[in-house]
Amino acid sequence: MRTTNKVKVLKTAFIDTLPILVAFIILGIGFGVLMSDAGYPLFFVFLMSAFIYAGSMQFVAVSLLASKVTPLTALLMTFLVNARHIFYGLSLLERYKDTGKAKPYLIFGLTDETYSLVCSKPHATDDNRTAYYFTVTLLNHLYWIAGGIIGNVLGNVIPFNSKGIDFSMTALFMVIFLEQWKQTKNHTPALIGIAATVVSRIVFGPDHFLVIAMVIIAAGLLLLLQLRKENEDYA
Amino acid sequence: MPDTHDYILLGVIAAGTAATRFLPFLLFPAGRKKPRWLLRLSNVLPSAAIAMLVVYCLKGIYFTKPQGFLPELIALVVVSLLHLWKRQPLLSIGGGTICYMILVQQVF
Repeated sequence: MRTTNKVKVLKTAFIDTLPILVAFIILGIGFGVLMSDAGYPLFFVFLMSAFIYAGSMQFVAVSLLASKVTPLTALLMTFLVNARHIFYGLSLLERYKDTGKAKPYLIFGLTDETYSLVCSKPHATDDNRTAYYFTVTLLNHLYWIAGGIIGNVLGNVIPFNSKGIDFSMTALFMVIFLEQWKQTKNHTPALIGIAATVVSRIVFGPDHFLVIAMVIIAAGLLLLLQLRKENEDYA
Repeated sequence: MPDTHDYILLGVIAAGTAATRFLPFLLFPAGRKKPRWLLRLSNVLPSAAIAMLVVYCLKGIYFTKPQGFLPELIALVVVSLLHLWKRQPLLSIGGGTICYMILVQQVF
């Protein structure tokens, strides 16, 4: 790829990831402060952000570390909290198909935020698509690591009331939700997503509802597609 | 200082997270033809998944006390209004988060 192209990709990726930069720095600080309160040093925070690289899981991990759970408990908890990532992979099978050597890293870095950005930018042109996905994934990864380090240092230096800072994640998803709502004509899939998750949360409580919600969503969407297909057949 | 157990947990959580991300790609490798239902599903899944994430973030709210849901409700309205008004993600996210932090720290 020519240098001008590289600069163009980097510029587009940077502009597109700005909201995530803000959210990740804020969230990363929240995580870093928590880890500093729990007595963990900077390099351990770095290792977690670099190799786990999963926002909500790292918040859960702070309490898993503190309570010295067994590795098996930690593994089961990880599957439970991160099961939603299976959805992301399923919807990106085609888009990440021809990404070559970058593919393992793209999959490793498939956080909620990177996923939602990749989903909302279908217009990335074909010849530099892989470079764009790679740059977006890498930038987000770096923002997250930087946030954790800043937070860990800040937490050691000044007392800082970070209560409520995790709302930046909710706000980010709300913004992406609104954008997607504007861009799509058919809102039934989004409504199925809301209804299935709300009902599962009410019936199964806050700790174990997500996997059940995912099953209901998958079943609901497949049913919807089947009905649509039948309508097409009659039309 | 982190001990051996901490490093083991770190490794297990990192491997578990990667496993959930790689699983779909291992189940449906790039070379093989994918079933049609899967391709159709992958078109509508993102809208539903983002909607699910918004609700997932709100899993802790409860309606027995005003402070159980009002901060989230007000802050989400702020995020939405800011976004429908200016359509600047930074403003919507920043404004909503500051609003929420003030609500949970000072008001409720």
